[in-house]
Amino acid sequence: MAKNTTKKQAPSWDYSPSLESTSHITILPRYELFINNEWVKPTSKKYFKTTNPATEEVLSEIAWANDKDVDLAVKAARKAYQDVWSKTTPKERSKYIYRIARLMQEQARELSVIETLDAGKPIREARDIDVPLACNHFFYYAGWADKLEYAFPNQPMEALGVAGQIIPWNFPLLMAAWKIAPALAAGNTVVLKPAETTSLTALKLAEIIKASGLPPGVVNIVTGHGDTGAAIVNHPDINKIAFTGSTNVGKIIQRAIAGTGKKATLELGGKSANIIFDDAPIDQAVEGIINGIFFNQGHVCCAGSRLFVQENIAELVIRKLKHRMDSLYLGNPLDKNTDIGAINSKEQLTTIEKYIKIGIAEGAEIYQSACELPSKGYYCRPTIFINVAQSSTISQEEIFGPVLSIQTFRTVDEVIQKANNSPYGLAAGVWTDKGSRIFNLTTKLRAGVIWANTYNKFDPTSPFGGYKESGFGREGGLHGLGAYLKMKV
Amino acid sequence: MKVPTSFTNIPISPSVDKVGVEERVARFQSRSIKNESKRQGLDLVLSMIDLTTLEGKDTPGKVKQMCYKAHHLHDSYPNLPTVAAVCVFPSMVKTAKTALLGTSVKVASVSTAFPSGQSTRAVKLADTKFAVDEGADEIDMVISRGKFLAGEYNFVFDEIAAIKEACGKARLKVILETGELCTLDSVRKASDIAIYAGADFIKTSTGKIQPAATMQVTYTMLMAIKDYYDTTGIMIGMKPAGGISTSKLALHNLVMVKEILGNNWLNNDWFRFGASSLANDVLMQIMKLETGVYQSSDYFTID
Repeated sequence: MAKNTTKKQAPSWDYSPSLESTSHITILPRYELFINNEWVKPTSKKYFKTTNPATEEVLSEIAWANDKDVDLAVKAARKAYQDVWSKTTPKERSKYIYRIARLMQEQARELSVIETLDAGKPIREARDIDVPLACNHFFYYAGWADKLEYAFPNQPMEALGVAGQIIPWNFPLLMAAWKIAPALAAGNTVVLKPAETTSLTALKLAEIIKASGLPPGVVNIVTGHGDTGAAIVNHPDINKIAFTGSTNVGKIIQRAIAGTGKKATLELGGKSANIIFDDAPIDQAVEGIINGIFFNQGHVCCAGSRLFVQENIAELVIRKLKHRMDSLYLGNPLDKNTDIGAINSKEQLTTIEKYIKIGIAEGAEIYQSACELPSKGYYCRPTIFINVAQSSTISQEEIFGPVLSIQTFRTVDEVIQKANNSPYGLAAGVWTDKGSRIFNLTTKLRAGVIWANTYNKFDPTSPFGGYKESGFGREGGLHGLGAYLKMKV
Repeated sequence: MKVPTSFTNIPISPSVDKVGVEERVARFQSRSIKNESKRQGLDLVLSMIDLTTLEGKDTPGKVKQMCYKAHHLHDSYPNLPTVAAVCVFPSMVKTAKTALLGTSVKVASVSTAFPSGQSTRAVKLADTKFAVDEGADEIDMVISRGKFLAGEYNFVFDEIAAIKEACGKARLKVILETGELCTLDSVRKASDIAIYAGADFIKTSTGKIQPAATMQVTYTMLMAIKDYYDTTGIMIGMKPAGGISTSKLALHNLVMVKEILGNNWLNNDWFRFGASSLANDVLMQIMKLETGVYQSSDYFTID
């Protein structure tokens, strides 16, 4: 048989739907505030709905905390700090944190399904990344709780007191873990506010915390919108604000706490550069581009949303990137084969679509994955823009969606300059076979995290945080522990 | 059409990052193949198997029995496909060809001083011509790994081109023996040499060396095929061989082929499994899907 003469008709082998079961999960029709290990009705008497962005169906009603409710939570946290938690031995604190981690692991399936329902992210990611990583943060900081004197030798440390924590909607449970675990390990008590579109897994975590026997008031979870967050920020009896979210809100927080003595860590936006050199392992770099921008629908503060490709391989890389984009499965986030889930909210989808229009209007060449969009729910095709300039809006502003802007470069110095030429400085990726080039770039790029020949890798032992408008302070690792401690005087 | 020229005019092979490949492969392995897609996939796997016996102790009796199995996989369940081919030593080609007369099952023969390839060009050509003359439809040659590792790429290229010529109408599968090449960079380079020198198929292993057809290696080779297709428009086949003994692993290989090369490659003209024990595991899974229960291995024949 001669080559190329027999092309059998292609069978249309494709994956049957493979839906994760929802029969093992419980979502209550209504959730109250979690204060002092009790479910407390909000004095506001107000509730808001949380929906599944993949179906637009209402999942539950969530209490909307006002100033009084937040005050109640802060009082509970203060009392728990003074009477119980600051007197609990570090070894005991460690046991509680460890127990929370174990309970989360036991309920990992339920947590990942609820995360998927509430946030729209693919079950594969919730199951393989969000939930295991959240558990690992608790395990990791459980280990530090009774070893603070070794973590900071010859620097006697003590807790700050009550920490107010405000987290975003892109990694709801994981961000709660990032915030709560180090705060507890360092001996603080906590008032945490999840994002209004994704409160459910934080409330599940509250159930777990209650079941763990953690003393009442050590962790309080108050749900609500921006005004609830503002009440936390402005509360006079809070010692530290930890915020992850937009740069705009970060600026408001910084103004609000100026002169109050509150400590702060802010983890804000980004427009991170992913840089591909011509000697890079091309196919793995293409995969890194995909992971960099399409992971979690691009709702990642450190997303590699600015791609810099060396001009002599740009055509090849873009061809391969398009091909890979066409093999992504977009659809029901509960399907185990889904790569791209739903956009978190209607508002966010509107924002992303606005930027896509701007990109087209600015004259960049657009390419979108060939996949079909479900008729219901908030979805956006993976999108790339080719021939983008440094001064294009879509390469300057954070889009927070599956939209990549691609620029080419000629020399190492040029790409370093362009990568740094941004108000943000959260992360960067460098793809090259040359070790010396990696070190050259990692010392010159002004970004908090720099990945070499990989992208979007997270680990509890590794600090994470930004430069410039991407915020300050670090979370994760020893740095993340230090952010919840002060020198004893 | 491509014209094999010499090693010096083929494109430089891109570097391959092992960690990145492992990650990509893990994504393929997390694909969930259920219900109808599993059933279809298992039929596809059966139809892509090269049922293989390559032992010093092979006899005509053994080969005949295996040939019968090749087109009677599990007669108690009708409408199953036959395997694609049987794979034997040159001395067994005639026996196999006779046993398979009138069926669509092809006869593949290993050659070129299989499995080591440590012989002269003349012996390898004679070995190949003998197998072709005996009636082999396909030739599975081994590359000279020693020469490859010594950097004599021209030698490897020319040898493949020479064997290709000796194959005549028989399709040529080029075995890289990736377990001896050790790095994915070498696997990629050997794939490119084989493809440009005239391979119709590239194949991972002889089955005599471990590790054999790991998904990482198969992935790397599929990417070489993809790049060649994108450049020339010419399709090259792929055959992972050795170490694929479960349905699950076979299905994950299909996932890889589908997502990298597309549905055009999902038939036995362009994709094969070299395996001896895979068929029965697939049959067992098919019967489980049809009847709802697992049957004992004693209900599946072992020719």
